[in-house]
Amino acid sequence: MLEIRDLHAAAGDRQILNGINLTVNAGEVHAIMGPNGSGKSTLAGVLAGRDGLEVTAGTVTYKGLDLLDLEPEERAREGVFLAFQYPVEIPGVNNAYLLKAGLNEVRKHRGEPELDAMDFMTLIRARMKLLEMDDTLLSRPVNEGFSGGEKKRNEIFQMAVLEPTLAILDETDSGLDIDALKTVAGGVNALRDPARSLVVVTHYQRLLNYIVPDFVHVLSGGRIVKSGGKELALELEEKGYGWTETEPAAASA
Amino acid sequence: MSTATQTVEDLAKQEYKYGFVTDVETETIPVGLSEDVVRLISSKKEEPEWLLESRLTAFRIWSKMTEPEWHNVHYKPIDYQAISYYAAPKKQVKLDSLDDVDPEVRATFDKLGISLDEQKRLSGVAVDAVFDSVSVATTFKDTLANLGIIFCSFSEAVREHPELVRQYLGSVVPHSDNFFAALNAAVFSDGSFAYIPKGVKCPMELSTYFRINAANTGQFERTLLVADEGAEVSYLEGCTAPQRDENQLHAAVVELVALDNATIKYSTVQNWYPGDENGKGGIYNFVTKRGKAFANAKVTWTQVETGSAITWKYPSCILQGDNSVGEFYSVAVTNNCQQADTGTKMIHLGKNTRSTIISKGISAGKGQNTYRGLVRIGKGARGARNFSQCDSLLIGDRCGAHTFPYLEVKNTSSQVEHEASTSKIGEDQIFYCRQRGLSTEDAVNLIVNGFCKEVFRELPMEFAVEAQKLLGISLEGSVG
Ligand SMILES: Nc1ncnc2c1ncn2[C@@H]1O[C@H](COP(=O)(O)OP(=O)(O)OP(=O)(O)O)[C@@H](O)[C@H]1O
Ligand SMILES: [Mg+2]
Repeated sequence: MLEIRDLHAAAGDRQILNGINLTVNAGEVHAIMGPNGSGKSTLAGVLAGRDGLEVTAGTVTYKGLDLLDLEPEERAREGVFLAFQYPVEIPGVNNAYLLKAGLNEVRKHRGEPELDAMDFMTLIRARMKLLEMDDTLLSRPVNEGFSGGEKKRNEIFQMAVLEPTLAILDETDSGLDIDALKTVAGGVNALRDPARSLVVVTHYQRLLNYIVPDFVHVLSGGRIVKSGGKELALELEEKGYGWTETEPAAASA
Repeated sequence: MSTATQTVEDLAKQEYKYGFVTDVETETIPVGLSEDVVRLISSKKEEPEWLLESRLTAFRIWSKMTEPEWHNVHYKPIDYQAISYYAAPKKQVKLDSLDDVDPEVRATFDKLGISLDEQKRLSGVAVDAVFDSVSVATTFKDTLANLGIIFCSFSEAVREHPELVRQYLGSVVPHSDNFFAALNAAVFSDGSFAYIPKGVKCPMELSTYFRINAANTGQFERTLLVADEGAEVSYLEGCTAPQRDENQLHAAVVELVALDNATIKYSTVQNWYPGDENGKGGIYNFVTKRGKAFANAKVTWTQVETGSAITWKYPSCILQGDNSVGEFYSVAVTNNCQQADTGTKMIHLGKNTRSTIISKGISAGKGQNTYRGLVRIGKGARGARNFSQCDSLLIGDRCGAHTFPYLEVKNTSSQVEHEASTSKIGEDQIFYCRQRGLSTEDAVNLIVNGFCKEVFRELPMEFAVEAQKLLGISLEGSVG
């Protein structure tokens, strides 16, 4: 599904990623943990094609495609979804409308007919239920005035509608209250599928109690310095990140 | 330059689609302006003595005035003696029916998507088509006449309904109002006239379509709209002009009279040739538009200003009667080297008068966009209320937005609210949309369209679509 080889990336003069290797197979859930500023969001940004991040070395193959060669919207249409750490507010643009436009682009790309307003509403009703989304969020401008938790929930709601094959969730848990965390994690789990891979960036083991990962990686200084199973997250919670840097990086899955 | 900015600039560079010239024999009088020219125009139009006198008065006033300089637009001085003040397609003898319209002129309007053929018109819109300085055709006249509605060219109104014209001409915009209004009052050639009788709700949209064709001419139309007590009308105005390297002057005057309990909704989609990307050519649009609302009457101005090299325009409302309402909804776009100084005046005179101002300025390229608005609440306007909202959207970093709100409140029982914002289309917003599958172009359109939504929804359907097309925007769907 996704194969990252020796990925180096910089923002302006600043080198941020220093040789990332990661393989994610279909159906797997990978958690990425690591201290603030270690490059987690940068990695997510490079995968999604964010402007201003320059890949200085390495390759990324996704479904056999050279991912780095695709425009951000082409990646999205190919099924790459990024749940943003800081979802952007877009005043004046209706939340549901943006989603419908995005979904229809994805469907067009897949050779499926575009959905009209009626079919779209039917589809999203079910998804809204899944995530216990407040109706009013749908007709409000994208993320404008949403609470922190509402923004995160909205990201996962969009993911549920767009049904990506590779979803990268960047700190989706931060900002969610305990009940919301359960609901949102439940939503994510409902979307787990042998054909869908998840990369979950988080600081907290708690999320991983709900979304149980197959692998956990520690990113530090723009490199994966440790990889393991779900128990690694528990260990990290206990000991912090300090000890990981001294140990040699394990080969990732 | 970022990709988002690039796309917007590309959009902005889209070629002007209406820039063609019609090959039609035109009668143009020699350039220059004097009392004799005013007399010549009047005699060509076989006008009554009172109208000639009115023109001459205006001319004398204008001769003593100087061009205003307070505005935030810059242009080389206009040589008023180098302009021809009258141009008309030659064949225009006397039109007895629509079939008499010069085929070339008719073809022009077809090309512009304005069919003069009544049967071919799908929606109920009656059109008065103005080609250069003269009205060439008015559709659906008979249908409207059955309801007592008069809708015709200004010249015809002078001939057929002189009492109405005489009563209301200059009653809202006096000759002495401003330099360009005085000029118009002296040399106006034609335009549209409508009268909706007491209690009649006009069953279809009335519309004027202005087309400048001839070179080196100025265009000076005069529109007068009277809604008698309790009447209702919605009026649309569209405009285009050929692509020429010289600047052309357009100085129109529109007067609206809404008598007690009447409602007038006046919508404009202005798409005069804006000049090329280096600022060569384009229309200088200096327009005076004003409505007077009597007791319980309502005047609504909606404008989408995308064209012209220079736009100087302040559609205003005099809220004369108690409980009268004035509204102004505006989208003004400036791209490349375009400059716009536009806004409104809300003059509250009556008690409990209310006004709303929603202004959306979009600047791209090197465009300069100025909002200038006056809210004046007179001594007698007890309980008057105004709400103003002026938003600017910047695309790229070479453009500018400026806001000049003026407030004069002479009454303590009134309530005035003003909100303003300036935003930029952010890279992160574009990226967010692209991550959801939209192209950059669609993302920009979505954001621009979202920005203008409050104004677009005031436009009659047919115009809303055109306005969105003009901004290169796909229609925002019915969801939500
Ligand atoms: N455009 C940029 N210009 C300069 N430095 C940048 C830029 N983008 C990111 N950085 C820096 O790169 C480092 C990695 O940032 P990144 O956002 O990837 O961290 P993170 O691992 O997601 O951190 P957190 O856990 O706090 O979200 C940080 O030190 C950040 O300041
Ligand atoms: Mg981060």
